[in-house]
Amino acid sequence: MRIEERFVNATVLVGLLGVPLWALMIEEPFTITLATRAVILALAAVGLNVILGVGGLVSFGHAIFFGIGGYAMGILAFHAQTYSELDLGLFSTSGTNSMPVIWLVAMGFSAFSAFLIGLLTLRTSGVYFIMITLAFGQMFYYFAISWPSYGGEDGLSIYVRNDFPGLNTLVPFQFFALCFVILCVVLFIYARLQASPFGLALNSARQSRARAETVGLDPMRIRLLAFVISGAITGLAGALFADLNRFVSPTMFSWQLSGELIVLIIIGGVGRLMGPVIGACLFVALEHFLGGFTEFWHVFLGLILLAIVLFARGGVIGLLTGKEGAHV
Amino acid sequence: MSFLKVENLTAFYGSSQALFGVDLSVDEGEVVALMGRNGMGKSTTVKAICRLIRSKGVLTLGGDNLHGLPSFKVARIGVGLVPEGRRCFADLTVRENLLAAAKSGPWTLSRVGELFPRLGERSEQRARSLSGGEQQMLAIGRALMTNPRLLILDEATEGLAPLMRQEIWDAIRHLKQETGVAILLIDKSVRELSAISDRAVILERGKTVWTGAIEDLTADVTAKYVGV
Repeated sequence: MRIEERFVNATVLVGLLGVPLWALMIEEPFTITLATRAVILALAAVGLNVILGVGGLVSFGHAIFFGIGGYAMGILAFHAQTYSELDLGLFSTSGTNSMPVIWLVAMGFSAFSAFLIGLLTLRTSGVYFIMITLAFGQMFYYFAISWPSYGGEDGLSIYVRNDFPGLNTLVPFQFFALCFVILCVVLFIYARLQASPFGLALNSARQSRARAETVGLDPMRIRLLAFVISGAITGLAGALFADLNRFVSPTMFSWQLSGELIVLIIIGGVGRLMGPVIGACLFVALEHFLGGFTEFWHVFLGLILLAIVLFARGGVIGLLTGKEGAHV
Repeated sequence: MSFLKVENLTAFYGSSQALFGVDLSVDEGEVVALMGRNGMGKSTTVKAICRLIRSKGVLTLGGDNLHGLPSFKVARIGVGLVPEGRRCFADLTVRENLLAAAKSGPWTLSRVGELFPRLGERSEQRARSLSGGEQQMLAIGRALMTNPRLLILDEATEGLAPLMRQEIWDAIRHLKQETGVAILLIDKSVRELSAISDRAVILERGKTVWTGAIEDLTADVTAKYVGV
């Protein structure tokens, strides 16, 4: 039996909100933290879904933007908590604990990096695009490792969670609610973008670059803009992730993280609105429950991925609602 | 002065030369048939005009030199291409296919729907689920949504059922009579081309070998160069 995609989407969102609400009632803050982790990973994957799901470009270096977001938070918060100046060459400034400011900086730097990286990488496609984005990811990873000012390989701890006006972000449910609202806003933007002329043009360029050009679309420009939007969203997720853990380290730039984001999307459904959300929820649930039994829980994740690639190419959403909407 | 002017056009696939001197012109509001046997360079000429392959020679549209322009800019300055084999965006719906190409101008979703009522009825259907004829209508509609000044139709009726072919020819006739858009037509049906075109250009081995008014296209000429 096929289920309406809208119904599945609504159920996922209600479920994602319901679990931490239930945890709040039974006073189980760790479950709320797990749900927050799922929401933030979903947000990062929604960012990747713009370029992967709609644009058809498999970016194996999206952890770059996740890491940039994380380090933007880490560096600003570090200077705020140590009352030290952040020297930017031409001028110096103090750090900040304000989340909105940190988010803006994280998104701005991620978007700018995506613009520069996109200018170089989007001239390629297929396996070359995968490899060149992976190479950029590794460059950032090794740069972070060899950056002693901000912890180098050991990373950087932040002692207090950053502030958001009107909220006590140290209360797990309040921080979850903040992340959940951001996820909903980004999902709304994603849905609008996918159906907009820009989204259709990006989708057309995915299906055939030459055909898109013959109707007057400039695939390079369209993909570059999508890459910038994608990078900014993933950067925002990185800033929230660092705030959740109150810790940033070079692993936020790792290729394993880039791979995990791709896996989340494939499990949930490539190019589907809630694909990344379902993938992230399953990933965090497996990590928590199976990770308690064995440290080799990734084997089970691999088996699920294998089953989905072989038998359900539209991911979990495709399985429930039919393959029609899958962009694979 | 001709609207589309092609003189001594040579084109290449990598290092292999495919065109050896094509001359053709299309005036505003004129329908020109590009004819020739298979493999004589008709589709290659179209690709060269749309800047999809490397070419040399005179290539202008409304006085603008097309050389040096990327293909999307050629489309933006007014060349609408209906490619051989339809080639719609299969994953998009009919409506989305049309909107993806939309540029401001007289051609809108509703006007394309009036020209091809079948498309209006199937607006939320994915392009890959349409019949061959419907996909061809969609390819024409998509090209019209770019609001072209020159419409190029490459084998627009190839492989279609007679009823569908008739609908496509009727639409092209309507475009000629009602819109005044310049049209460059490639098709295997000499009878239909003769009925609709003002002039014909015939290619042989990548070179123009005959140009003239459609009334001057004799059975001898078509037998010699088109094989009919």
